[in-house]
Amino acid sequence: MNREWLLNAALLAGLVVVPGWAVWADEPFTIMLATRAVIFALAAAGLNIALGLGGLVSLGHAVFFGIGGYAMGVLASHAQNYTPLYDGVFTIQGTKSMPVIWLAAAVTSGLAAWLIGVLSLRTSGAYFIMITLAFGQMAYFFAISWPAYGGEDGLSIYVRNGFPGLNTLDPIQFYGLCLAWLCLVLWGYARLRRSPFGLALDSARQVPDRVRAVGLDPRRLQLVALVLSGAVTGLAGALFADLNRFVSPSMLSWQMSGEIIVFVIIGGVARLFGPVAGAVFYVMMEHWLGGISDYWQIFLGLVLLAVVLFGRGGLIGMICGKGRPDA
Amino acid sequence: MSPILLAEQILNGLQSGVMLFLMAAGLTLIFGVMGLINLAHGSLYMVGAFAAAAVAGATGSFLLALIAALAAAAAAGAMVELLVIRRLYARDHLDQVLATFALILIFSEGTRWLFGSFPLYLDIPPWLAGTVMLPGGIEYAAYRLALIGAGLAVAAGLWWMNARTRLGIQIRAGENDREMIAALGVDISKLYTLVFAIGAALAGLAGALVGPIQSVQIGMGEPVLILAFVVIVIGGIGSVRGALVGGLLVGLTDTLGRLLLPELFKLVTDASGAATIGSAFASMAIYILMAGVLIWKPTGLFGARA
Amino acid sequence: MPDSVLSTHELHKAFGALRASEGISIRLLHGEIHAIIGPNGAGKSTLIAQICGSLRPDSGRVTFLGRDVTALPTEARARMGLARTFQTSALAMDQTVMQNVLLGALGASGRPWRFLSRVARDAGLRDTAEAALLETGLQDLARLRTAELSHGQRRQLEVAVALTQAPRAFVMDEPMAGLGAEGSRHLTGFLDRLRTRAPILLVEHDMDAVFALADRITVLVYGRVIATGSVEDIRADPLVRDAYLGDGA
Repeated sequence: MNREWLLNAALLAGLVVVPGWAVWADEPFTIMLATRAVIFALAAAGLNIALGLGGLVSLGHAVFFGIGGYAMGVLASHAQNYTPLYDGVFTIQGTKSMPVIWLAAAVTSGLAAWLIGVLSLRTSGAYFIMITLAFGQMAYFFAISWPAYGGEDGLSIYVRNGFPGLNTLDPIQFYGLCLAWLCLVLWGYARLRRSPFGLALDSARQVPDRVRAVGLDPRRLQLVALVLSGAVTGLAGALFADLNRFVSPSMLSWQMSGEIIVFVIIGGVARLFGPVAGAVFYVMMEHWLGGISDYWQIFLGLVLLAVVLFGRGGLIGMICGKGRPDA
Repeated sequence: MSPILLAEQILNGLQSGVMLFLMAAGLTLIFGVMGLINLAHGSLYMVGAFAAAAVAGATGSFLLALIAALAAAAAAGAMVELLVIRRLYARDHLDQVLATFALILIFSEGTRWLFGSFPLYLDIPPWLAGTVMLPGGIEYAAYRLALIGAGLAVAAGLWWMNARTRLGIQIRAGENDREMIAALGVDISKLYTLVFAIGAALAGLAGALVGPIQSVQIGMGEPVLILAFVVIVIGGIGSVRGALVGGLLVGLTDTLGRLLLPELFKLVTDASGAATIGSAFASMAIYILMAGVLIWKPTGLFGARA
Repeated sequence: MPDSVLSTHELHKAFGALRASEGISIRLLHGEIHAIIGPNGAGKSTLIAQICGSLRPDSGRVTFLGRDVTALPTEARARMGLARTFQTSALAMDQTVMQNVLLGALGASGRPWRFLSRVARDAGLRDTAEAALLETGLQDLARLRTAELSHGQRRQLEVAVALTQAPRAFVMDEPMAGLGAEGSRHLTGFLDRLRTRAPILLVEHDMDAVFALADRITVLVYGRVIATGSVEDIRADPLVRDAYLGDGA
């Protein structure tokens, strides 16, 4: 097996060993950091579907992250206040069950991705970037000005939601759930890029005219990629809100969109484990540099600038050699 | 709702529209000539505002503050162009977005390091304080009226530069045909630095002018940057005329939306509910306008290329 | 009158003051190679774009397999069996040769919405793709990255992709462009055999190839058809000699 495969295996092993050590050493904070990294990696793995495979530079993925977060917040807050979410022709109750919340998060953020995609895929290139950024800002301002779910202050949940058979209040068990999701999505990503859809999508990125000439619509392929991408990032948003037991408009901010794209790029765009490497690196920088200096984001900016200008292919690309991985 | 209130709000809309135009014009010029999407344009807006606030605080002169804003933003723009941006012209939009996102982090944290986290304040100069009486009995803030005038003057100046000067000819040539411009014997890298510095100066001017009516703080540039993107999507990328029309449309839609939508919802629900629903939807009005333009004309009102 | 597979009827297209197509009517018949020739700027590319669907005519109709396809997008025409090759190769350079051909087969199958199965393990797609590679002589290069192919091999790959599409008609935009004499001869022989599979509308600058292959030729000058006929008719046509071929031809 090649170097990238070894590196991926090492990253995965690290995600198992380090939190395992933290349990043994009774370091719950390390487990929390690892959970944060895994959830960011999941959000970025979602973006990698649109960006890495589809070539869609979405600068609005915080919308899906935030919608996932609010799906959790809204359902759980209704459940903890014993008020129905909707009480009309039929009744929808809130819930504290993670599987239901996950489903709601993925479906609503997937729908949002569909809506944004239908509009923004009418254009391409620089327009697409600006439009996704703009719709992100729209969601942000809407969340701030809509008072029902906390507005600017956000929404808190008293107790983390539950999963059948697990104690989600135990940090390592919740971490296990997040890691399981990450592994499942990475497995799906690996399958996706070798699938018929993956081939068509990759071609739509490189040669859209050809894709049309063989009878496929590149825009529809890209739209489906964006929906899948948004749903995965939305799922990550639900987990992130559950980790913090809190959701606020900041999950929808343009900075969040920027960070998700930074995870992908620092790690290595279109690489299977690029989002993982990027998210782990980011959380480590945030923790260590943030402890040294309040202005640690200057260093983050410099690192990002260096990666973009000189080290194309991200961390994984620098270690394993250039070029896109063969699909 | 009185007609006077409506007229005031229309003027407010024009005022925020021309300020958006200053931002969008620079962005669209840079995109048109160099093909660069610049997220750090909001940082240059912030640089202008901070330079103005610092100089006004030290000297008490608003004019000196404006000059300082123009100079600081143009200098920061030229420096960034020489160090970073010129390596990005041949790159794809993704690299441009990431590198300029990195610049935002560096500019924002650098400014926080220099000036601290607290907002600075910039006073309206005494000679523009107070209100003026407009025809029809409209009493309006003199400073805001001056902003409208300044924005329109810049628009006229840009038009003059584009139509009547050698630089304008070179810029138009650069937009149409990059090889031709080299054939004309123009030093293309100097032209690019100059265009970037002009765009930066426009952003810095906007930041300084808006400073007295908003607070001068870290992160003030990015919301304006995103609004300027909305303006460009509406007006058409690369079109300065589109930036003006788009800017005014966005400014008016936003201001009038905040005024009228709560009123509109009063027709269907009670007053307090109408205020909250109305303001929530008003915050989305310009994006809905953008969506409408996208459906109708995906390349914007005055745009030709994607 | 024999049935035409593909035809245009009075196509008009203008870009501002430039009239790129002025009432172009051509017919592609079963089993024929119909060449479109004309000097640069004659409107050949515009015509192809309107036939394949990437450009909407201002007026006029395009008919394919007896159906008016003027309002259909490119991909719908492709699904009906209109297979085209591009003048400058539109191949995914990062992909392998096999993947490029598989894409054609995938398009023809109309089943791209499969997310977890391996495209390379789809026996149906593989068979179609391998047959096309074998036919174009690229079978030994299947695992190579497309970027590593020579120019001539890329031209052949263009044709191979078109072959996977269950074609009912080919539209080929300068397939000989940039090929050496040897490459041209090779491809000429290949296209000669291909016409029994489906008729070919051939836009080509290489006059040796055109005169060797074409059953009929249409000459386009400034967006107008100035002549249509057999090779002999065209060679003899004084208008064509004057406007295009010149005295030396």
